[in-house]
Amino acid sequence: MADTEKIIEIQVLRYRPEQDKEPVLQSYKVPFTDDMSVLQGLQYIKDYLDGTVSFRWSCRMAICGSCGMMIDGKPKLSCKTFLREYYPQGLKVEALAHLPIERDLVVGVEDFVTKLESIKPYIIPKEKRTLEQGEYLQTPQQRDMYEQFSSCINCMLCYAACPQYGLNPSFTGPGVLALMHRYNADSRDGGQAERLNSLGHADEGFWGCTAVGYCSEVCPKGVDPANAINQNKMNSAINYFTRFVTPGEADK
Amino acid sequence: MKRSNEPIFWSLFGAGGMLAALIGPALVFITGIAVPLGFIFAADTMSYSHMLAFSHHWLGKIVVLAVIALFMWHAAHRIHILLHDFGVHAVTTVRVLCYGGAFVGTVIAAYTLLTLKP
Ligand code: SF4
Ligand code: FES
Repeated sequence: MADTEKIIEIQVLRYRPEQDKEPVLQSYKVPFTDDMSVLQGLQYIKDYLDGTVSFRWSCRMAICGSCGMMIDGKPKLSCKTFLREYYPQGLKVEALAHLPIERDLVVGVEDFVTKLESIKPYIIPKEKRTLEQGEYLQTPQQRDMYEQFSSCINCMLCYAACPQYGLNPSFTGPGVLALMHRYNADSRDGGQAERLNSLGHADEGFWGCTAVGYCSEVCPKGVDPANAINQNKMNSAINYFTRFVTPGEADK
Repeated sequence: MKRSNEPIFWSLFGAGGMLAALIGPALVFITGIAVPLGFIFAADTMSYSHMLAFSHHWLGKIVVLAVIALFMWHAAHRIHILLHDFGVHAVTTVRVLCYGGAFVGTVIAAYTLLTLKP
């Protein structure tokens, strides 16, 4: 290596259910170069220093959403964060906040996945079309209504950022609500009423949000869950007051 | 899932926030700076008799009530969710104090405006 080798200290929050009563920090000294991500630092630890350290990863390019963790207390993708930003003081990596630790940096995703499934995250066609009738057309303006929300990679960083989710996990949370909006806002979709009535209008849905906005700040894909939620609060409030005068809405 | 009643409080909060953003700074400037210092407006613009006359007009009553009540509902909701974010979980107590305060304030303001003596 042309670079003179630099060494950085990485503190890793360990939790091995068979031996640790509670999570403990363990420190490693890792040689690194300026182009190395935090994920690569962890891979170095696993390959050369301690094979027992567990963490999730796959794509290494901020697209699979599996490498999220708290890096110096902030929810980040470890493949998108560079070690050099923490030199020389070192860094601390911990499992994503608010989520149950399975092992070391690996958290349970069950709650998130169950919630995601519950909002019917797929297009429910507004009108059935036969193959002969061809595809569902959409203008660029119609696409703009939902496009940014479709960039979500399910990394759950926003769940680690959301104080409401931390206080009360029955709250659906930013990512899934942004995805609900992604389908509701799609001109080809007709499932909006269904999604809103079963969840959106509830305290567990859009109304559980207190507009903190940290979710949108930490999202690595430029999704703005806080904005999705606010738009839906407006619509939900209008629906709340007009449902008695709108045919077919009163019984909901 | 049960429909939330939050839209009621959120709408009052939103209306108060909108009103505060639109006229709050102007009100502070006019009532707190310009009139007392006597520039732009005549020094007696806000004299007791002027203000009383303003509050006797039905439009004046609506304006005064909207400013007092909606500002209070906005503050009540803001304080409520702020306490929640800070982990104060006496939910019922906080709600009663915040929204109850705004409600009582609204009633007093409305009653005073409606029973205003000449
Ligand atoms: S909204 Fe952003 S932060 Fe939240 S899960 Fe999706 S990609 Fe991750
Ligand atoms: S490894 Fe896929 S997002 Fe980081």
